Amino acid sequence: MTAAAAATPMIRMSGVDKFFGPLHVLRNIDLEVPKGQVVVVLGPSGSGKSTLCRTINRLEPIDKGTIEVDGQPLPAEGRALAKLRAEVGMVFQQFNLFAHKTIVENVMLAPVRVRGVGKDEARRTALELLERVGIATQADKYPAQLSGGQQQRAAIARALAMRPKVMLFDEPTSALDPEMVQEVLDVMTTLAAEGMTMLVVTHEMGFARKAADRVLFMADGEVVEDATPEEFFGAPKSARARDFLGKILTH
Amino acid sequence: MDFLSRYDLLGAFWVTVQLTVFSAIGSLVWGTVLAAMRVSPVPVMRAFGTAYVNLVRNTPLTLIIIGASLGLYSTLGLALADDTSGTFLKDNNFRLAVLGFVAYTATFVCESLRAGINTVPVGQAEAARALGLRFGQTLGIVVLPQAFRAVIAPLASVLIALTKNTTVASAIGVAEASLLMSEMIENESDKLFLVFASIAVGFVVLTLPTGLLLGWVAKKVAVKR
Ligand SMILES: Nc1ncnc2c1ncn2[C@@H]1O[C@H](COP(=O)(O)OP(=O)(O)O)[C@@H](O)[C@H]1O
Ligand SMILES: [Mg+2]
Repeated sequence: MTAAAAATPMIRMSGVDKFFGPLHVLRNIDLEVPKGQVVVVLGPSGSGKSTLCRTINRLEPIDKGTIEVDGQPLPAEGRALAKLRAEVGMVFQQFNLFAHKTIVENVMLAPVRVRGVGKDEARRTALELLERVGIATQADKYPAQLSGGQQQRAAIARALAMRPKVMLFDEPTSALDPEMVQEVLDVMTTLAAEGMTMLVVTHEMGFARKAADRVLFMADGEVVEDATPEEFFGAPKSARARDFLGKILTH
Repeated sequence: MDFLSRYDLLGAFWVTVQLTVFSAIGSLVWGTVLAAMRVSPVPVMRAFGTAYVNLVRNTPLTLIIIGASLGLYSTLGLALADDTSGTFLKDNNFRLAVLGFVAYTATFVCESLRAGINTVPVGQAEAARALGLRFGQTLGIVVLPQAFRAVIAPLASVLIALTKNTTVASAIGVAEASLLMSEMIENESDKLFLVFASIAVGFVVLTLPTGLLLGWVAKKVAVKR
C-alpha cells in the first residue's frame, strides 16, 4: 500500500443530510473513518444510527452531501453501485439470512452470482468461513433451524465471503437472547483484532471498551461526541451523553 | 350410459388438458414478467404493468377469446399456424385461444405473485442488495423463489379456474370438452342430465387432483422463518 492509499479514509462523509419526508434524520454529518479503525456508534433510539449505517452502502439515498468509500464516491443506482456494495459488508439486526437457502448456500450465493467464483471453490471458502465463526456443523441446515446467535454468525460469514473492505453492523446483537450475545461479539472482536475496518451500531459497552478505537455518540441526527472509548465512558462531555450513559449503564 | 361410447369424450378432454397446460405455462411466464414490472424501480415498466393488469383482468374472457380470433386473425391476419396445412383452422384457433388465455390468466398470476412478494420480508431484498446483487438477481434469486412458495395454493386456484375457463374456447370452435357437450345435448336431448354429469365429472377428475397435489406441494415447500 502506498502512503497515499493508506491515507485515503475507508469512509468519508461530508455535509450529509437525509430527510424522511419532513423528518430531518441526518444533519450535516462529517465523518472520516481511517482504514483499520473500529468505530462504535451509540445514541438513543431514533437518533439516526441505522440510517447513518445504511447510507454508507446507499440502502438509503442521501439528500445532500457526499459519501466516499475507499476514495470512491458512491455511484447512483445500477451496476456500479452493486459493485461497490459487494465491497461493503453489512450485518443486520434481524440477520436477514435467505430463508429458502441453507446456511452454506447463503454464504456461497454472492461470491458465485456476483463475483463469478466457481461453485466448488465458493463452497470450500464458505465452509472455511463457517468454521471460523464456529458453525461448520450447521452448514446444511436452513436458517430457521438455527439459534439467533448461530444465524447472526452465519450472516457475518456471508458478508465476509465477499472479502469486504469494510463491515457495517447495525445492532447485531439486539435481537438475540442474552446468552447468545457473547458468541457474536467474540466473532466481531476477532475480526476487529485482525484489522477489519468496522462501523458498529451497538449498545454493548463491553465490546465498545474492548474492541473500539473510537466512539461516536449521536442524538437527533447529529454526531454529538466523537471520542476514544476511554474519554467517552470516563468523562462524556455533553449532558445528553451523560444522560444516555446513565440510562443504559443502570440496566 | 353406452351412448357415451358414440362420442370421443377422451379426445375432447385431451384438448381441454392441452389448452390448460399450454396456457398455464404461458401464464406463469408472462405473469411473472408482469409482476417483475409491477415491482420494478423503472416508472414506465410499473405503469405498463399496472395498466395491463387492470385493463385485461377486468375484460370478460369471452371478449378476449373472440377478440383474439376476430381481431388478430380475421382482421389483422395474424396466423399462428401454417395456413397451407390441412389442419390450419383447427391449429390456428387452438393457438389463438391459448394466446387469449395466457393474456388473461397472467394477470391473476401476476396479482397472486405480488401478494407473495409482500410476504417476503424487506430485509431479504436488502441483504441481497447489500451483497451486491443487482435488481434482477435480487428478484430472481431471493424474492421470487420465496414469493412462489408462499402462493402455490392461490396459484392452484388460478389453475383450476383456467381449466374451467378453457370452455370459452368453444366460442371460436376449439373442439374441447364443452363443444362436445353442446353437440351431445343436441343429439341426446333425452339424456340431458347424463350429458351434464359426464362432462362435470370430467372436469372434477381434472381439477380435484390438481388442487390436492398443489395443496400438498404448498405445505412441502413452505419457507420457514
Ligand atoms: N423508512 C423510513 N421512513 C420514515 N422514517 C424513518 C424510516 N426509517 C427511519 N425513520 C425515522 O428516522 C429516524 C431515525 O431512525 P433510525 O436511523 O432507525 O434511528 P436509530 O437506528 O438510531 O434508532 C427515526 O425517527 C425513525 O422513525
Ligand atoms: Mg436502529
